[in-house]
Amino acid sequence: MTYIAKPSLHHPSLEKNALGFTRRDYEGRISTLCAGCGHDSISASIVQACFEIDLAPHRLAKFSGIGCSSKTPDYFVSPAHGFNAVHGRMPSVLTGANIAAKDLIYLGVSGDGDTASIGLGQFAHAVRRGVNMTYVVENNGVYGLTKGQFSATSDRGSKAKKGAENKDSPIDLVMLALQLGATYVGRSFSGDKTQLVPLIKGALSHKGTAILDVLSPCVAFNNHVGSTKSFDYIREHNDAVNRMDVISPRAPIRADYAPGELKEVVQHDGSILRLRKVADDYDSTDRNAALGYLARKAAEGEIVTGLLFVDPDAHDLHDGMNTVDTPLNKLTDADLVPPVSALEKINASLR
Amino acid sequence: MKSTDIGNPDYFHKVVDCQWACPAHTPVPEYIRLIAAQRYADAYMVNWKSNVFPGILGRTCDRPCEPACRRVRVEDEPVAICRLKRVAADNKGDVEHMLPPKAAAKNGKRIACIGAGPASLTVARDLLPLGYEVHIFDAEKKGGGMIRTQIPRFRLPESVIDEEVDFILRYEPVTHFGTRIDSLKEFLAQGFDAVFVGTGAPRGRDLNLPGQKEAAANIHIGIDWLSNVSFEHTDKIGKRVIVLGGGNTAMDCCRTSRRLGGEDVKVIVRSGFDEMKASAWEKEDAMHEGIPILNFLSPKEFTHENGKLTGVTFTKMHWVEDGGRKKLVPTGEPDVHYECDDVLMAVGQENSFPWIERDVGMEFDKWDMPVVDPVTFQSTIPNVFFGGDAAFGPKNIIWAVAHGHDAAVSIDLFLNGGDVLQRPPPGTSMMSTKMGIHEWAYDNDVSLDLRYKVPLVEPEIALRNVKIEVEKGYDQLLGYKEAQRCLNCDVQTVFAAPLCIECDACVDICPMDCITFTENGEETELRQRLQAPALNVTQDLYISETLPTGRIMAKDEDVCLHCGLCAERCPTGAWDMQHFYLEISHAGCAPKSPATRKREPAPA
Repeated sequence: MTYIAKPSLHHPSLEKNALGFTRRDYEGRISTLCAGCGHDSISASIVQACFEIDLAPHRLAKFSGIGCSSKTPDYFVSPAHGFNAVHGRMPSVLTGANIAAKDLIYLGVSGDGDTASIGLGQFAHAVRRGVNMTYVVENNGVYGLTKGQFSATSDRGSKAKKGAENKDSPIDLVMLALQLGATYVGRSFSGDKTQLVPLIKGALSHKGTAILDVLSPCVAFNNHVGSTKSFDYIREHNDAVNRMDVISPRAPIRADYAPGELKEVVQHDGSILRLRKVADDYDSTDRNAALGYLARKAAEGEIVTGLLFVDPDAHDLHDGMNTVDTPLNKLTDADLVPPVSALEKINASLR
Repeated sequence: MKSTDIGNPDYFHKVVDCQWACPAHTPVPEYIRLIAAQRYADAYMVNWKSNVFPGILGRTCDRPCEPACRRVRVEDEPVAICRLKRVAADNKGDVEHMLPPKAAAKNGKRIACIGAGPASLTVARDLLPLGYEVHIFDAEKKGGGMIRTQIPRFRLPESVIDEEVDFILRYEPVTHFGTRIDSLKEFLAQGFDAVFVGTGAPRGRDLNLPGQKEAAANIHIGIDWLSNVSFEHTDKIGKRVIVLGGGNTAMDCCRTSRRLGGEDVKVIVRSGFDEMKASAWEKEDAMHEGIPILNFLSPKEFTHENGKLTGVTFTKMHWVEDGGRKKLVPTGEPDVHYECDDVLMAVGQENSFPWIERDVGMEFDKWDMPVVDPVTFQSTIPNVFFGGDAAFGPKNIIWAVAHGHDAAVSIDLFLNGGDVLQRPPPGTSMMSTKMGIHEWAYDNDVSLDLRYKVPLVEPEIALRNVKIEVEKGYDQLLGYKEAQRCLNCDVQTVFAAPLCIECDACVDICPMDCITFTENGEETELRQRLQAPALNVTQDLYISETLPTGRIMAKDEDVCLHCGLCAERCPTGAWDMQHFYLEISHAGCAPKSPATRKREPAPA
């Protein structure tokens, strides 16, 4: 961890986005995580993604629970709204906020403990309901804050720092999210920003539940030989099914790829996910095929990354509840309290 | 690109832009840190060793270091390096005990220095402690040369000159002050083992325009007039003064005129304001004293009445393109006339060697200047060396000092049977500044303060007397704040590829986007695709060996703040902040072999 603030001086050629902000304007306070923590790379990717999609910082609402990962919303987009919830309860708090103020962009940041252990139930139900949010799991397979016990996503056979072997089966959050009906599911790696940044951009512009399982090595407790969540292991076993570019609705569309190798998915807000296939037999819009592919590759010990599934016509919680267009927290008494005549009308109908 | 050889002392030396730009290669960040730590005497000695005249240079240096300062590229204004040097000099207290000891015994070799200016005095200072018997000859009664004669007292008080000249005279050279050398031939007959010529560029250029003879009483050569003022032969000037010329001497002339009774003082230059030779700050200082600078006016004629100067007629000039080259030509508009009582001509200086017989055996070039080796400062008479303005024409004190050091090295080698072309390499050291997980032996928290102005004496008081020093200098607090603006560019970011796990932490934290992990490529192409394009090709890229993922680390040195955040965020110590110290070798330093260079690894 670092005591001094990052100097506000920046490179003379630093670009500005459509809102006139530089990337540096999307930063937060200096991280207090361990030096080299994968989570800091994810924060940097979120900063980059928000900058690139010209997100107005006050339109972002950041939520987190407890854990190393859940500290990170402090380290990006300082002017955004934020709520640091109780351990594992972030999905419910986020859901509540989303019900009240549907006009914000929701970003939940959680870890493997906060999501797959204490918060598994909350996670499952938020996904099942289709809350419109981006849910990033910073997954390091270890309880870092309590000095490195195996977490629920730790692979069977993975070794702890002192050599102990994990005997339990892991929870695969990507498979779980697919089964529960998430409409945008991706997996990535903190050490691969070229893959991660577009995935976050696509997720933030997705209407529906977007789950990103981001492997994020814990340099202090889970980056040794024998760990399946170390930098080296992930790099060796990374099986990317596609590479993605996110094209904003405003940008002119240029087709400079050979036909056939590209798949374009138009999202609800008009943004285009341009997928460049890496694995020939992979279709990112087929949920069942994705589940099968993931199961096969998991058995082979490969880590499948990329945009694994997207449903561009997804419905979210508000669609299901048929709420009004105006966010509920903007409705006034005039909107909510019926006049006396309405009561009389009801009474009359019952007489 | 090939991976960078950081063992080559030039690589990290170049990163310390100020030190690299300084002709004497003064370790600038080192003394600035000492000033911040209020260790003024130590800061003074770092300077004294390297540039011999810290108090003088802290007021008068042409500051090649400041335009080079990295702060210019990351913010706007450079660190006030020059005026910080003065802070060290003003607050140093007694440093006598820190000066190197006098030679225990003489080595029997006799050296003559002709001229007692900065170059000669540097030669004397370098050689005296080694046991040489140094004789200094100068026409003036005191040492200092142009420092004493040409720099006005309101910029440089005499007490400062006396003190720093005396630091050299305490090594007891044999001084022959008040002695003019009129014949090199006769002089060489005196049998000195080596002779150093440091006679400066003592002749002010003359315009020889119509009317000059008739009005001669009120037309003066700038540097001669300044030296008359310095020696108090001249103590007044007319109310209306025109200064011709756009160099620093012209600025000294006009500001001195303001103090000797000149009320309507103008500087008039032939070319444009921007092309003037004077340093930007000297122009500012002149204008601050109510002196207008008129440009694009070429002097044509001095007008006079009854043998008295009445003014100067000027032709209007402008730039025209002539086959891709800019040329200054008359505009064709009517001439303009400015009235005045006195004219000071400061249109350049020249070397002149009427006292060197052309048959003495020394080769002269087509400009009738002695042929001098630019590295060894040796003339074609093997035991005669040149330095300062006498060697390659008018420059600045700091250049004269640098020449003096090099000439002293040559003289020492020459008289000890060495090859003067075998220059001793600089002494360098590298040492980690890591004190703890995020503690460093330097203050890495970058100051966002803008450059502090040097307090001045109010103009009404300053203009009353030529001896009142116009700059008050920074006090200790301002000096501290200004010193904190230094980016510590000598604390180098050193990368150890075998330790790197490519976690990107350094890339994420770097405030200036200096660091990129990417595929290797050819330099011009690689510069384009870094985290931020590296468009300043005068600044190097630091390229690592190939990393396990097949990529390289490329760091653009251009705008690095040396804040050390890359090293603080590095989990494996692949980045380390190491203090690079380079001291050029002075006379008497035994050449060091590269193997003796200290290079300490970072603590794990």
